[in-house]
Amino acid sequence: MSLPNRKRETRQRGVSPAPASSRAAGLSEMITAWTLAGPALALLIMLFFLPVLAVFVIALTDWQFGASTLSFVGTANFEEVFADRGFRASLFNTVAYVAIVVPGTIILGLAVALLIESGKSFRAFYRAIHFLPYMATLTAMAIAWEALLHPTIGLVNQTLAGLGLPTANWLRDENTVLPVLAAIGIWQNLGFAMVLFLAGLKSIPQDLYHAAEVDGADLWLDRLRTVTLPMLGPVFMFVFIVVALKAFETFDTVQVLTQGGPGHASEMLLFTLYRESFQYLRTGYGASVAVVFLIIVVALTLIQARVMDKKVHYQ
Amino acid sequence: MTTRTFPAPTAILRHAVLLVTAALILAPFVWMVSLSIKPPGEIFRASFSFWPEQFYGIENYSKALTEAPLLRYMLNGVMICACILALQIAVCAPAAYALAKLEFLGRDLLFALVLIALLLPHEVLALPLFILGYKIGILNTYAALIFPYVVSPFGIFLFRQFFKTIPDDVVHAARLDGYSELGIVWKIMIPMALPAIIAFGIFSVVSHWNSLFWPLIAVRDQNLMPPPLGIMAFKNEEAGNEYGPLLAASTLVVAPLVAAFLLAQRWFVEGLTGGAVK
Repeated sequence: MSLPNRKRETRQRGVSPAPASSRAAGLSEMITAWTLAGPALALLIMLFFLPVLAVFVIALTDWQFGASTLSFVGTANFEEVFADRGFRASLFNTVAYVAIVVPGTIILGLAVALLIESGKSFRAFYRAIHFLPYMATLTAMAIAWEALLHPTIGLVNQTLAGLGLPTANWLRDENTVLPVLAAIGIWQNLGFAMVLFLAGLKSIPQDLYHAAEVDGADLWLDRLRTVTLPMLGPVFMFVFIVVALKAFETFDTVQVLTQGGPGHASEMLLFTLYRESFQYLRTGYGASVAVVFLIIVVALTLIQARVMDKKVHYQ
Repeated sequence: MTTRTFPAPTAILRHAVLLVTAALILAPFVWMVSLSIKPPGEIFRASFSFWPEQFYGIENYSKALTEAPLLRYMLNGVMICACILALQIAVCAPAAYALAKLEFLGRDLLFALVLIALLLPHEVLALPLFILGYKIGILNTYAALIFPYVVSPFGIFLFRQFFKTIPDDVVHAARLDGYSELGIVWKIMIPMALPAIIAFGIFSVVSHWNSLFWPLIAVRDQNLMPPPLGIMAFKNEEAGNEYGPLLAASTLVVAPLVAAFLLAQRWFVEGLTGGAVK
């Protein structure tokens, strides 16, 4: 798996299969092609493009679910959304959550990857264990976390009390709830970052380490600073964006563990989107939140595409 | 590959640190299994022991299976994941073949549309898809859980990349042997692209087995719920009081994927991190 290479998209023309590329052959090939791609195209339009247009239309009108009329209200929905303290809290929380999860995941994922790669024994074993949370059903694991964080019978508070440290009601205290959710986010995504870093480390040519040694980089830390980290540049960028996207899309833990509470302390964008659109049936409001969310996600992805094209190396 | 050999103390340190992080990673899994085999009395008598004094697993697991239709949830999950994957391959593979191996007007536009669709997070589309489901009257049915996913832009993209690496001579030879274009897709391209199909299959099944957001919107009927939604319903019914059965249910929901992962690690890692493009 070579990440930086993935985008090295082949620009070659596809094959011209017909022996004699006569006009008739070209036409029949075109009919064949559109017959093969037709169902996919129709479904892409119906399930992706019309819905995304609909979200924008709904966000700009006063349409309510079930109503038969609608009129254009400009940016009124967006003004309402941004004037809402609940939404501002949700946006702020999401950004704060991402700001904890992304560096936490990257630093820990890289540290674990470096440790695994620094020796030969038990590599597959450690890799498997650290990757496990990434694929485990988060709804079910959230329940396990709730038990772990239970104020009286949870392992976390028991351990802290045993060590004589202060305990907390982690998921019901507005000061701890968001960091705790972020810790669960790091726990879940760390293995993903680790796997990508491991792949990146494997692709660093050993010659570079020898060259660095000749140049006087005797210590492991020197080699890390002069060879490993710079060579991992593209992987860093990739992991950064993908983990940021995953973090922005956090929903399950909020829904299962906190419902956004206490107060608005752990409310995040997708939860707000769900609650406003499908529980309160505030259609226009929900659509506006969806548009804001979409803009953030698309912006991040476009940054990724740009950066990956340039295949950045730091330094 | 030459690995720089480390002196023994460093190797010990490596294991020490990795064992600690591994223990932290595993803690929720271990705690989940531990509580799932403990009687209520022991759960509420705070203790560090993993193994219960009185084994209560049978009671908890049978309660999880009888008080909530947990088997039903899991069968729903299997069925939904299987339908989605089959439809995705049936829709995406021919389109990917056309994009990879045929020359036609509008091909670049079609590919651009695939890439744009790849950008769109599914949650943004939920409201219009909900309305669409309502209009065609399929909300609260299996179809509601399946229809948003029948075409996968990521599937088209991945298959196209893989089909491109298959030599054109193979396609020419198949044509000379009298294969139809669709025959080439099913009998030549798919078997040759099996690694990509498997990787995509794992990505698709894992995401849909685990997904909570859309099922929460699409169905209300308990008999239709996939595992994550079902377990959430179970939790709300039990009001979080009975940790034993609840964590037994969680264990059962997590177990199939964990077991499959341990059996086919490499495939899982490839499928799920290849899926990172999305």
